Amino acid sequence: MVPLSYYLVLSGFLFACGVTGFLIKRNIITIFMSIELMLNGVNLSFVAFAAHWHALAGQVFVFFVMVVAAAEAAVGLAIIIAVYRTRETLNVDQVNLLKL
Amino acid sequence: MTSSLNLWLIPVLPLAGAAINGFFGKKSSRTAVSTIGLVFPGAAFLWALLVAFRFSSLPQIPYQEYVAHWIRSGSFTADFSLYLDQLSLVMLLVVTGVGFLIHVYSVGYMWDDPSYYRFFSYLNLFMFFMLTLVLANNYLLMFIGWEGVGLASYLLIGFWFTKDSAASAGKKAFIVNRIGDFGFLIGLFLLIQHFGSLNFTQVFDQVRPLAPETTGAGLLSAIGILLMVGACGKSAQIPLYVWLPDAMEGPTPVSALIHAATMVTAGVYMVARSHVIFERAPQALMVVAVIGTLTALFAATIGVAQTDIKKVLAYSTVSQLGYMFMACGVGAFSAGIFHLMTHAFFKGLLFLAAGSVIHAVGGEQDMRKMGGLRSYIPWTFLTMGIATLAIAGIPPLAGFWSKDEILWQAFSSEHGSWVFWLIGVITAFITSFYMFRLLFMTFFGDYHGAQVDEHGHAHAAHGHDDHGHGEPHESPMVMLVPLMILALLSVVGGLVGVGNRFEHFLAPVFGHGATEAAGETASHFTEYLLMGISVAVAFLGLIVAYVLYVSKPYLPQKIADALGSFYDAVLNKYYVDELYAKLFVKPLIDGSTSILWQGVDRKVIDDTVNNAADGARHVSEEVRQMQSGNLRSYAGWIAAGSALVIAYMIWLGVGR
Repeated sequence: MVPLSYYLVLSGFLFACGVTGFLIKRNIITIFMSIELMLNGVNLSFVAFAAHWHALAGQVFVFFVMVVAAAEAAVGLAIIIAVYRTRETLNVDQVNLLKL
Repeated sequence: MTSSLNLWLIPVLPLAGAAINGFFGKKSSRTAVSTIGLVFPGAAFLWALLVAFRFSSLPQIPYQEYVAHWIRSGSFTADFSLYLDQLSLVMLLVVTGVGFLIHVYSVGYMWDDPSYYRFFSYLNLFMFFMLTLVLANNYLLMFIGWEGVGLASYLLIGFWFTKDSAASAGKKAFIVNRIGDFGFLIGLFLLIQHFGSLNFTQVFDQVRPLAPETTGAGLLSAIGILLMVGACGKSAQIPLYVWLPDAMEGPTPVSALIHAATMVTAGVYMVARSHVIFERAPQALMVVAVIGTLTALFAATIGVAQTDIKKVLAYSTVSQLGYMFMACGVGAFSAGIFHLMTHAFFKGLLFLAAGSVIHAVGGEQDMRKMGGLRSYIPWTFLTMGIATLAIAGIPPLAGFWSKDEILWQAFSSEHGSWVFWLIGVITAFITSFYMFRLLFMTFFGDYHGAQVDEHGHAHAAHGHDDHGHGEPHESPMVMLVPLMILALLSVVGGLVGVGNRFEHFLAPVFGHGATEAAGETASHFTEYLLMGISVAVAFLGLIVAYVLYVSKPYLPQKIADALGSFYDAVLNKYYVDELYAKLFVKPLIDGSTSILWQGVDRKVIDDTVNNAADGARHVSEEVRQMQSGNLRSYAGWIAAGSALVIAYMIWLGVGR
C-alpha cells in the first residue's frame, strides 16, 4: 500500500503548482486552471485522509468541491468570455477599471 | 431665648446679598443693587449687635454652634461649626460694623461705575468669607474663609481689570498670599499629625498641658512659625508685604475695607487665636515680635517719601500691622487686638477720607498736585484730621490708647525688651511725621491742581475729560456720614481700653498671664514716663511735619538732596520689588522657560507625542504599499501567510 505521506506530498506539490501559477500568470484562463489545480490538490489530500482513516466524510467533501468547481467553471468561463468580448484581452493586469 | 444665637445667619446674609447682586444685578437698577448690597450686610451687623447684647447672658463661653456636616474621616472631623468668644465677638463687630459703613460709603463712591452691581456683589462676598474666617471653630473652616477673602481681595484689586496695572496688582497679591498660605497649610498638617484635629478647643486642650519649649525649638515652635508665615502673607509683613502697596490699584473703599480695616488683620487674629500655641513656643513668639517690629519701622520709613496719597496710607497700614504683631510677639495679644480694632476705625476712616479727597479733585492721587483743600472740602478735612491725630497717637484719641498699650507691653512684658520699645517709639515718631505730612500736603498751602481761575474756559472745555471736575467739591452725604461715624469711633474708640477694661474683657480668652503680672510689678512712674515719651514723639512728628511742609516748604527738597542716595532708596521703597524680581521672579521665569517649557514640555512631552504620531505615519506609509489593488499580490501575501502558518505548525509538530 502506498503510504499516506506520498499522497500528501503530491497534494502539496499540486497545490503549490496552483499557487505559483495563480501568482505569476497573467492570462485569466491560466489563472483559472491554476485554481482548479489547487482545488484538486486539496481533493487529493481529502481522499487520501478518507482512505487512511476509513472515514467517508472526506469523500463527501470531495464531491462538494467538485460540484462547486463545476459550477465555478461554468460561471467563471462565462465571465471570462464576457470580459474578452468587451475588453478584447485576457491579461488580468489590463482588467483594472475598479482599481484606484 | 438662650437656646440658639443662629450665628450662621451672620455670614450667610452677605452671601445671599452677593448671590442676588451677582446673578440679577446686571439687569437691576442702581437703587435696587444698592438696597440689596446694603440691607444684607446691614442685617448681618444688626444680628451681630443682637448677639453682642445677648453675649453676657450666654450659659457657656465659648459658645459653639453646629451648622452642617462637612468632613468626617476616621477620627478626624471638621464641620461647618461656629465659635464665639470674646475675641471673635470683637472681630465680628469690627468686621460687620466698619464693613457696613464702608458699604454705605461705596454707594456714593462707586455710583458712576459701569460695573456697580459687580462691586457690591464682590464686597458682600468678601464679608461672607471674612465672617466665616472670624467665626470658624476649626482651622480648616478658618482656612476656607482665609482663602475666600484672598479671592475677594484679588477680584476687587483687579476690579478695573482693563487697566493693566490693576490686573497685575491683583495677581501679585494672589501669588504672594499663596506663599504665605503654603506655610499656613504645612502648619495645619503638623497640627493634624500631632493632635489629630483642627478643632480649636480640641487642639488647645491638648496643647495647654504641654510645657513651654524654653530650650530649643520643637514642634510647637515649628507650628507657630509656620502659622506666622501664613500671617505674614495675609497681613503683609516682611518679607511678604510687597503686595499690599500695589493693592491700592483697587477702588478706594476696597482699600479701606479689605486692605486696611479687616482682611489684612486676619493674620493678627489668627496669631491671637493660636495664642495657646504661641505662648508655649517662645522662639516662635520672638520671630513674631521681630518681624512685627522690623516691619513697623521699615514700612514707616518708606511711607515718608511716598507722594501717592493711597501709597502713604498703604505703607502706614503695613507699619501699623507690624505694631499689632509686635504686641502679639511680646505676648500681649489683647493689646494687639485692641490696636486692630482702633486701627480699623482710624485707618478705615483715613482711606475713606482719602477716597473723598480723590473724588473731590477728580481722580488725582498725587499729593503734590493737591494742597489747600481745607476750604474746599471742610468735612473731609475735619474727619481726616481726626483720623490723623488718632493714628499719630495724640491723646485722648483711639490710636493713643492702643499704641501706648502696645509700647508699654513691649517694654514691660516678660517677652518684651527695651529694643522693641525703642524701635516702636521711633516708628511712632515717623508715623506721626508722615501722617501730618500727608495732611499738610493735601489740605494746607495752595491748591496745585488744575486751576479754574488760571485756565478759565480752556479747562471748562475739557471738563468732560476730567470727570467734569472744575473745582474741588465736597462729597455727597452718603459718603460723609460714614466718615463722621468713623471719626466719632476714632475719637472714643480708645476709651474702651482705659483702665485695662478691654484687656479684662478679653481675659477669658487670653488669660491673665504675663501681661497683667508685668503691669503690676513695674512701677507706675515708668509707665507714665513711657506714656509721656510716646505723646512727646507724636507731637514732635507733628511739629517737624509742620515746619517742613507748612512754614518752610523749601526745606524737604534740601534735605532730600543732602541725603542723596539714601533718599533715593527710600523713594524707591528700598528697591525691594526690584530685588525680589531679580532674586525670585526672574530665575523662576528663566527656569520655567528654559527647563520646563523648552526642556520638559517641548522636548519631552511634545516630542514624545509628535514622534509617536510621526512613527505611526511612517510605518503606515510603508504598510500602505501592501494594499496595491493588485489581486495577485494579495494572493501572494495570503500564500506567504499560509506558508508561515504551516511552517509554524510543522515546527510545533517537530518540536513536540
